Amino acid sequence: MLKIGVPSKGRLMEKTFDWFGGRGVTMRQSGAEREYAGAVEGLEGAELVLLSAGEIPRELAAGRIHLGVTGSDLVRDKLVDWSAQVWQLAQLGFGHADLIIAVPMVWIDVDTLDDLDAAAAAFRAVHGHRLRIATKYHRLVREFLTAQGVADYQLVDSQGATEGTVRSGTAEAVADITSSGETLRANHLKGLSDGLIHQSQATLYAAKAADWGPGAQATLTALSHKLGITPPAL
Amino acid sequence: MISKPAIRAEAERLFAAFRAAGAQAVDADLLLPAGALLDLYGEDIRARAYVTHDPLQGEMMLRPDFTVPVVQAHMAHGADPARYAYMGEVFRAQDHLGDARAREYLQVGFEVFDRAAPEAADAEVFALFSQCLQGLGLRPVTGDVGILLAAVRGLTTTDRRKAALLRHVWRPKRFRALLDRFAGRAPMPTARAALLLRLAQDTPEALIEAAGTFTGLRSAEEIASRARALTQDAAAPPLAAPEAALLYDLLSLEAPAAAALAHLRGIAPLMPAIEPAVDRFARRLSELAARGVDTGALAFEASHGRSSMEYYDGFVFSFLGPGTLPPVASGGRYDALTAVLGQGRSIPAVGGIIRPHLVATLQGAA
Repeated sequence: MLKIGVPSKGRLMEKTFDWFGGRGVTMRQSGAEREYAGAVEGLEGAELVLLSAGEIPRELAAGRIHLGVTGSDLVRDKLVDWSAQVWQLAQLGFGHADLIIAVPMVWIDVDTLDDLDAAAAAFRAVHGHRLRIATKYHRLVREFLTAQGVADYQLVDSQGATEGTVRSGTAEAVADITSSGETLRANHLKGLSDGLIHQSQATLYAAKAADWGPGAQATLTALSHKLGITPPAL
Repeated sequence: MISKPAIRAEAERLFAAFRAAGAQAVDADLLLPAGALLDLYGEDIRARAYVTHDPLQGEMMLRPDFTVPVVQAHMAHGADPARYAYMGEVFRAQDHLGDARAREYLQVGFEVFDRAAPEAADAEVFALFSQCLQGLGLRPVTGDVGILLAAVRGLTTTDRRKAALLRHVWRPKRFRALLDRFAGRAPMPTARAALLLRLAQDTPEALIEAAGTFTGLRSAEEIASRARALTQDAAAPPLAAPEAALLYDLLSLEAPAAAALAHLRGIAPLMPAIEPAVDRFARRLSELAARGVDTGALAFEASHGRSSMEYYDGFVFSFLGPGTLPPVASGGRYDALTAVLGQGRSIPAVGGIIRPHLVATLQGAA
């Protein structure tokens, strides 16, 4: 049985269903609307597993699902050396979001990472602690800032309403996903001109650690044909 | 695979050699408060160290190295001068699949806190390590961060630019970007040019007021102060081309130590600020030669230690094994660190560590 992990709620689930549906693979929730059980039609030997989008990277890494749809930001942040753990099969063209670094609009002197770094040095000298950047994408943000040689910052964890952390005084800047920038503006923040860390979108992955027996392989071949993608060399 | 008892036996041998060289044995906690380590290494240490949480003490780390606790202990109640030897596990999280580096391994270290003759202490540590590692076919590489720091301090430019460069000596990429900008090699970002234009017409305070609702802990005074500094910086002339060229040349200097000294003597008249540091380099080479080190063959790389040893500010060295093994031993001088951890006091300090599991592995392969 080929297990396909799909986000269990909201627009991401609906758009994923639409994407597969448009290619002849019908996915639907079985049972009641709030029941996390699903069914696949139009493809023999496949099973739908509804999961939180945030858990799909982990399930892929463990090989408990064969395929999974989730944001590329989550895969890259949660999986060490992600490309060694999963194959990227297709970008689905929705769920676009940019992971960016944003600072208060009133920081007229800060537009680039170079400015952020200089401001961080001065901030630390004045306030006695490093400039705090709120995020839930710890790995992605840290690797980005390290590669860019930014110093004197610290990451503080924020699992939601990240843009509000500056106003509430728990951070000086944020690193978060934005699609339109509206939430940033509403919270009096602006993105850095060179602070784009990752352009994320919903992506279909295959797990390298999954059990790719003959049955799963045959189903993947059939699915790849329907989706018009090249199956990975298992 | 070398057995743990074999590694421990090698560690004991090295530890005994350090003790025989006059060092007092010291130990350190395995579980360290994260604060001092985070302050020293920055956020990067979280990717390399195992971080855990204590309900009362907050964030703690499994000892990623001995330097911080040994320096802290010395600054709190050490004799002056002092020589220390230690042996124990350090822990390094591995952030990449298939990384063969150990997550938990023994380190044996030797540290000298001595005001009297720093170059002699540098040579003492290097010669001792050299002797302990004899016969393993290792390639020693040395450097001197002090020469780079002196060269930057001696630049004909503003103190603010020098401070920015000094802060990033250990981050070669950002250092290079700053140097390119100060030397006029890299164009000014367009947003910076636009800001300077606005600052020419309005005060920073007015621009901040116009930028929107104020939010965050960084105050309007801090923002205005940096904006004014940017205006001043824009008026500062670029680094003179010959001066910038000399610095680029210095950063890439790689030669046998004796030849590197001759080269540095040659450029010192053009960069008088490095002369005292070059004199120290010369004294160190004499001290090394006096201890039987062939300075005509010893590798010197001016940028050695810049990307991996963030607190070293003088002599640095590594003993490299074959292939992609991490250095079998490494160390250097860290005078400034003792001031950071010494709460107002400081003492010249030099030392290093040997990784006995790598020594034992090489011995096993031989």
